[in-house]
Amino acid sequence: MRRVTNDGWFARYSLLGIMFAFIGLFLVFPVCVVLIEALHAGWGFYLSTLQSIHSWTAIRLTLLVALAVVPLNTLFGICAAWSVTHFQFRGKAVLISLIEIPLWVSPVIGGLVFALIFGRQGWLGPWLETHQTQILFAYPGIVLATAFVTFPFVARGLIPLMQSQGSAEEEAALTLGANGWQLFWRVTFPKIKWGVLYGMILCNARAMGEFGAVSVVAGNIEDRTNTMPLQIEQDYLNFGLPQAFSLASLLLLLAVITLIIKVVLEWYRLAPNIVRANPGKTIL
Amino acid sequence: MSVAVQHISKKFGAFPALNDVSLKVRTGELLALLGPSGSGKTTLLRVIAGLEIPDDGQVLFEEEDVTEKSAYERRAGFVFQHYALFQHMNVFENIAFGLRVLPRKKRPDAAKILARVTELLGLIQLDGYEKRLPSQLSGGQRQRVALARALAIEPRVLLLDEPFGALDAKVRKDLRKWLRHFHDQTHLTSLFVTHDQDEAFELADRVVIFNQGQIQQIGAPCELRENPQNDFVREFLEV
Repeated sequence: MRRVTNDGWFARYSLLGIMFAFIGLFLVFPVCVVLIEALHAGWGFYLSTLQSIHSWTAIRLTLLVALAVVPLNTLFGICAAWSVTHFQFRGKAVLISLIEIPLWVSPVIGGLVFALIFGRQGWLGPWLETHQTQILFAYPGIVLATAFVTFPFVARGLIPLMQSQGSAEEEAALTLGANGWQLFWRVTFPKIKWGVLYGMILCNARAMGEFGAVSVVAGNIEDRTNTMPLQIEQDYLNFGLPQAFSLASLLLLLAVITLIIKVVLEWYRLAPNIVRANPGKTIL
Repeated sequence: MSVAVQHISKKFGAFPALNDVSLKVRTGELLALLGPSGSGKTTLLRVIAGLEIPDDGQVLFEEEDVTEKSAYERRAGFVFQHYALFQHMNVFENIAFGLRVLPRKKRPDAAKILARVTELLGLIQLDGYEKRLPSQLSGGQRQRVALARALAIEPRVLLLDEPFGALDAKVRKDLRKWLRHFHDQTHLTSLFVTHDQDEAFELADRVVIFNQGQIQQIGAPCELRENPQNDFVREFLEV
């Protein structure tokens, strides 16, 4: 490898060493600990802890939440990216920044906002009570809080992608007589489908793993409102370490799968651009 | 079909792109919009196609006022400067697009689409290229596919935005000849934007000279050269 700077081998190896030490200590080691702890009493025990009613209901709730949140945020993300790319309007830059709010503020704040709105003493609390609708400490509240936290994931990836693609192909489709529906499904969607899937994968990973916001609105009712991360904490606090670690290993598995899909998608998403950059020989 | 614009104005923010422009393109005419870049000629073309909404004025196709109609209802054949081919569709699907998106009642069946696309591929001399993707074509080939795609819907008017702008000199000359020949055969009312004087004068029946969002002069090439109406035209044409 050619050196650009004049740093000696000492600087180079110590920097590399520090980097690998940090990755090992803070990323790889904890992951290994979770796996070792989850499996140290054998597969049979591992599977039996997962079959406990607490674990099972937590897994089910987590899946149901993701099932509602991911399509919701995908739809929103596509709408937002479409508006920002194809329409001119005031406050566009502000809108793009606003979409990212959930990434900047602590998730707990997101949870608190919903508690403030829907709680018994909250703005809509009395109204909800008279109509016998429960949002806080129930499935709808968990979905709202999770949706808040995962709001930007699809939009944030799609906006730069669609902006870089411009609207020339869409305009061509319009002059050829395509209506809005045909325009989207025949022209726009094929160009952004990998980007959409990429955002959905990230959104899903975050939706399943979210703790802070959900913990405020869920109210820790075991077997009813505990998602996987909440159940892990509760198991841990109740000295149920094996259960905690086996559930944690499942979340970890999800992370690994997400990572693999992400790498594959990044390849697919970049591939067309590579073709476009080298359009072959130019001969009439 | 004739195309007319009446008192068209369009601002982008505070910048007046078009300022009270009126123009009539006669049936079967090949008309050039010539002017320096930023003079508003592309904006006028986009207003006619329905891709820009004017702040003021009307667009007429024959006698019909289409000002309020969207681009997809007007179905003007539009050829973009950078082709705007659908990157994920092959040449066949690109050309067939306008037929496939027709409402069910008017949509031709597969055999008719095949026949029409094959005919157009012959017209643009790209027989056998139907499976290629746009990325596998040269600039000149892409531009011809873009033309065929626009012609597939049998438009009543053909609008070309700097159609040869991105091509090298040799290809540009060939395509220019091809377009003139095509127009002589079909007499499809056509309007093209260019900043290249030679191109405008060689191709067009009449040339419209544009500057700062306004028409400076309209006339046949020889008329403009012999009788420039103001200083801008005189300087621009260097006569």
